Amino acid sequence: MFKSKIKILQLTVTLAACAFLLVPTILSILAGVTVNYFKGISSGLTLKWVYKVWELYADSIFLSMWLAICCLIVTLIIGLPAAYGLARHPGRLSRLLEEFISLPLAVPGLALALALLQLYGSMKGFRSSWTFILVGHVLYTLPFMVRSILAVLASMDLNTLEEGAATLGASPWQRFRDIVIPNAMPGILAGSLTVVTLSIGEFNLTWMLHTPYLKTLPVGLADSYASMRLEIASAYTLVFFVLIVPLLMAMQWASARAQRIAK
Amino acid sequence: MTNRNFVLACLTPLFIFSLAFLAFPLIRLFLASGESDAGWTIYLDILRKPRYLNTLVLTVVVSLATTIAALGVSTTAGMFLTRNRFRGRGVLLSVLTLPLAFPGVVIGFLIILLGGRQGLVNQLTPGHVVFAYSAIGLFLGYLYFSIPRVLLTVMAAAEKLDPALEEAARTMGASPYRVVVDVILPGLMPSLIASGAIAFATAMGAFGTAFTLATNIDVIPMVIYTEFTLSANIAMASALSIVLGIITWILLLFARSMSGSTVAAGG
Repeated sequence: MFKSKIKILQLTVTLAACAFLLVPTILSILAGVTVNYFKGISSGLTLKWVYKVWELYADSIFLSMWLAICCLIVTLIIGLPAAYGLARHPGRLSRLLEEFISLPLAVPGLALALALLQLYGSMKGFRSSWTFILVGHVLYTLPFMVRSILAVLASMDLNTLEEGAATLGASPWQRFRDIVIPNAMPGILAGSLTVVTLSIGEFNLTWMLHTPYLKTLPVGLADSYASMRLEIASAYTLVFFVLIVPLLMAMQWASARAQRIAK
Repeated sequence: MTNRNFVLACLTPLFIFSLAFLAFPLIRLFLASGESDAGWTIYLDILRKPRYLNTLVLTVVVSLATTIAALGVSTTAGMFLTRNRFRGRGVLLSVLTLPLAFPGVVIGFLIILLGGRQGLVNQLTPGHVVFAYSAIGLFLGYLYFSIPRVLLTVMAAAEKLDPALEEAARTMGASPYRVVVDVILPGLMPSLIASGAIAFATAMGAFGTAFTLATNIDVIPMVIYTEFTLSANIAMASALSIVLGIITWILLLFARSMSGSTVAAGG
């Protein structure tokens, strides 16, 4: 099958790239369950590092989950109607608004965090509460939600469907509830999974916005990489993988499905 | 409620949120960059002071190297995976795309496991080989998160290429090399330029990876961070953020005009 030289070369590059991405991941999983990583696997396997991580960082794991759920709710409340509004009014102004809210995809999170800190940093109650981090997460994930839903809505004939319903006497709210939401479901699902996955993994904004009492999972990870022994850092990363990889796979599946429907 | 009002009401929450937490903060950031003694000439200082200029050059060099390497690896792997169907293809594809949403800090740590003091390379080789904290480590970290991004864009374009064109070139006697240069690469060019711009922009702005790895070397995001937190030089941190933001934003806008879609930044 792989007869020609070119194919063998291509296969080699592909496998090398896979190894480059996979080997360190496996190393981190192994290091998280090895008694003494410096001595190697022969020192035995253990779950004590994972328990240790639970003792030290359980709060950060719960905070990240809580933030992800809140982020999902807020992005749905803002993003779903907004995507509908943008789909109904595909004009210049809508393009501009969509472009503007997509800025957080392009501008580094660090810059956005500095901007937020300088404007709201002096509002002590807000600055030190978890809602400040939530604002950062919503800012970063909102464009994914809006675009995901908008892509599905833009591909269907919304006008005809809504006109039909309107002549039957449906109010704008009824049409939104009974026509738009059910039809947008693939986009909503893909957007929701993306928002949750990105929120749980968000570091760049969160590192600047967090306070010592409010550590999210990735912030805790950075903390453990700097100050804990390699086994604990690895076990913590392992916990993170267990949480994020199923979400990632679901997200890729849902996004591919939404894209198929949007075509 | 009339139709028009309902649609406007739908857009209101988005409008208020992005005004309060995006537009106003960015305006504040811009104004803050001019509030030091240097005034607006602070933007010239970035080019005049060696500390900032050297950092900018290093950031651009590492990002460029990442872009070129990622294009090479991902185009080769992407073409291979598009054109060949074999057992295990799905597994390879998953391995190559799964790191897409790994946070930058985690990728930094993975590079430490490869090239740190207790890293794999240091254990396997006789000498003392530690590269995680150098420009090479940074390059590998950036390459790690660039491969999936470029691969997805290239594969989407490769699926649209017409294999008949290559067949025709071959029957007319073109060597495999000429087929790649004259048929495949021109067909992929828009997506290569687009994904190259994405990879470059992402590498320029990567903070998490640099945060874990760049203990000895400075890249722009790290300088922004230290200026803000350690030196309390808020004006310079803001100015650098603005410059970096404009660079990455223009690059991604350009990428979108080339290929029609972008894969999210981050890292």
